[in-house]
Amino acid sequence: MFRIMEKRLLAPAVHQLVVEAPLVARSARPGNFVIVRTNETGERIPLTIADYDPEKGSIMLVVQEVGKSTMDIGMMEAGDSFADVAGPLGQATPIKKVGTVVGVAGGIGVAPLLPQIKLHKAIGNHVITIVGARTRELLILKDEVEKASHETIFATDDGTFGYHGFVTAALEELIKAGRQIDEATAIGPVRMMQATCNLTRKHNIPTIVSLNAVMVDGTGMCGCCRVTVGGEVKFSCVDGPDFDGHAVDFDELVSRQAFFRDEENLARELAEQKRGGCRCHEK
Amino acid sequence: MPREIVDRVEMPKQSPEDRRSNFREVALGLDPELAVREAKRCIQCKTKPCTKGCPVEVEIPDFIALMAEGKFAEADAKIKEKNSLPAICGRVCPQESQCESLCTLGKKFKPVAVGALERFAADWTRERKSASCCEDTCCAEPCCAEPCRAEPCRDESANTCTCSEEPAVCAPADGIKRPSARVAVIGSGPAGLTCAAELALMGYGVDIYESLHETGGVLRYGIPEFRLPKAIVNQEVDYVRSLGVRIFTNVVVGMTLNLSEMLAKGEYQAAFIGTGAGLPYFLGVPGENLNGVYSANEFLTRVNLMKAYKFPEYDTPVKIGKRVVVVGAGNVAMDAARTSLRLGAEDVKIVYRRSRTEMPARLEEIENAEEEGVQMFLLTNPVRIISDGKGGVAAMECIKMELGEPDASGRRRPVPVPGSEFTMDVDTVVVAVGQGPNPLLTRATEGLALNRRGNIEARDEYGATSIPGVWAGGDIVTGAATVISAMGAGKRAARGIDIWLRSQS
Repeated sequence: MFRIMEKRLLAPAVHQLVVEAPLVARSARPGNFVIVRTNETGERIPLTIADYDPEKGSIMLVVQEVGKSTMDIGMMEAGDSFADVAGPLGQATPIKKVGTVVGVAGGIGVAPLLPQIKLHKAIGNHVITIVGARTRELLILKDEVEKASHETIFATDDGTFGYHGFVTAALEELIKAGRQIDEATAIGPVRMMQATCNLTRKHNIPTIVSLNAVMVDGTGMCGCCRVTVGGEVKFSCVDGPDFDGHAVDFDELVSRQAFFRDEENLARELAEQKRGGCRCHEK
Repeated sequence: MPREIVDRVEMPKQSPEDRRSNFREVALGLDPELAVREAKRCIQCKTKPCTKGCPVEVEIPDFIALMAEGKFAEADAKIKEKNSLPAICGRVCPQESQCESLCTLGKKFKPVAVGALERFAADWTRERKSASCCEDTCCAEPCCAEPCRAEPCRDESANTCTCSEEPAVCAPADGIKRPSARVAVIGSGPAGLTCAAELALMGYGVDIYESLHETGGVLRYGIPEFRLPKAIVNQEVDYVRSLGVRIFTNVVVGMTLNLSEMLAKGEYQAAFIGTGAGLPYFLGVPGENLNGVYSANEFLTRVNLMKAYKFPEYDTPVKIGKRVVVVGAGNVAMDAARTSLRLGAEDVKIVYRRSRTEMPARLEEIENAEEEGVQMFLLTNPVRIISDGKGGVAAMECIKMELGEPDASGRRRPVPVPGSEFTMDVDTVVVAVGQGPNPLLTRATEGLALNRRGNIEARDEYGATSIPGVWAGGDIVTGAATVISAMGAGKRAARGIDIWLRSQS
């Protein structure tokens, strides 16, 4: 069970995995996530489902190596199995016919955005997707995004590919050009989602964000993933992970994500020592 | 009156100094000699009031009589006729307010130590059985009179049994002929395990679905190792498996599978929902989302289920400050406070808004906590949690309370004393003020009637729900309660399911 059927390196330290999980694949909807555990001593980590195929009985996950657990996943190969995959979890993203939708993705946020824009396109929305990354080699899933969108804008911070600048600057140009935008969805690093929301708030564009709070069980049991939305405490796992971006307290989220930073750093250093240094740039 | 009757045998414990720095079990159990001595204290009175105090109807005097003769395996089998999880109940049941509170001997002297005896019978039998399970009968159930195999199946070199893979198949103990039917049990906590075991013993096919990666529910993620070793939970779950019950982990019914579909497709003819109380309440005071504020569920899940006390050997971390405050005074609060000590906290306080008399925790657990150095701040209520300016906790402001008129629960309502605010320095706050029902299954199951609080509505004494063929029991019906009351509900539901399935055939 939970065998890795395919694994592909999308960018340095960014992996695409197709994992056998027939029950999850059958019930998954855009916006859902799974909780995975690599082995018996592993932690439960939430990963958004980037694609799902009920016929093949598989789900697609995109994982960036940032800590010990994601490095462990990076070490796994096709044929290896996860100890556990539980899901689909979270509320599916509410996707309605609204007109023109802009999807804004930062870094690997493009992976969870994909099933959402696919569905937007399928139900008749005009889809404009803006994908940003630090540099050209970190732009992933370019072909898939172009196929799922009517218009695509790639942006790099260093100008090595496409638009030179942040995704928010590219979005602002669209708005200033007078394009009618009925809804936006932003997925990526917290500060990127926050900046996107600050911009769309000014222009009254409803914006959905997908929050990546720290979780343990992912089923509402522990409350570790609590976030403040519109002054109310919500659990990302059962009330989200998608929320009205204009109501989210992003500063609190950033602070809560950092709670275990010391432990995360320690675990990563120990893992790196054991493996003889960082493998980020291996192919 | 002979001294043997007067003096109740007290179970040996680790000393408070030792145990506050390790996760090993605190209560060490009886030895055979002590067990027989205690069993002989039972006067075998005619009225047997103790049995009325047992939610799962164990025939207490009967098993104790067997123990008094040193027949421990027989005593264990006698208990298992009514209770599938005796090693767990012997440890975590509040006997002092159930069977033992009704003991005839207890009117003049101390009651018979029913819990300690139950635990001993279960432990003794299990330890003996793991070495040679197939020498006598297949599953220690009285229904299996025949040896399970003609050939010896013991691996002498490893001193293990080689046939443990195959579940024993029992004929129903009561000899009633039943229809062939499968039942889905949602949740592998005490309610689900009990319901599954009862149904399997009646001869039904049973599948348990568990959302976490491990079985046991609150027995696994909630109750700490030092009060209920996980090896015991494993063995009790193995026993339920040995009855032919299949357990599927990582299946979140309501998300992975849909209960209505499972029934509609005919995979199952009935279902039992025992999903527990899985949504923690918070205090609703400012500062509650600061780093260092945990729900008791998160704190205990990290430590118990994810083994964060072994970080970095295990990947899940838990952070504990030097000064810890646990808010609440139930068993969960005591568990969180005592876990904090074992993780290295120097100063651990319980903050509770009512007085000692109203503390919901078992007396034994309160005593254990105090012996280990946990301080009680009673008639005290948190007002706000104060930030250290870096996202963490620096202090907690509290207000003194006094008891007013009785409230809806019958307990005197605590009211704030104006102007009595004070501040305590603290690094970690654990909120243990109860839990509500988890919404994942209930919101995905069409036609399932809930009450105002979101708990499943049980319509009769068996726990029948608004959906025909679906029963529910345990915390998802009652709100957070005890392991044994959940087991009682699982058992009654099994009876209701049996009656229903027989009426359908």
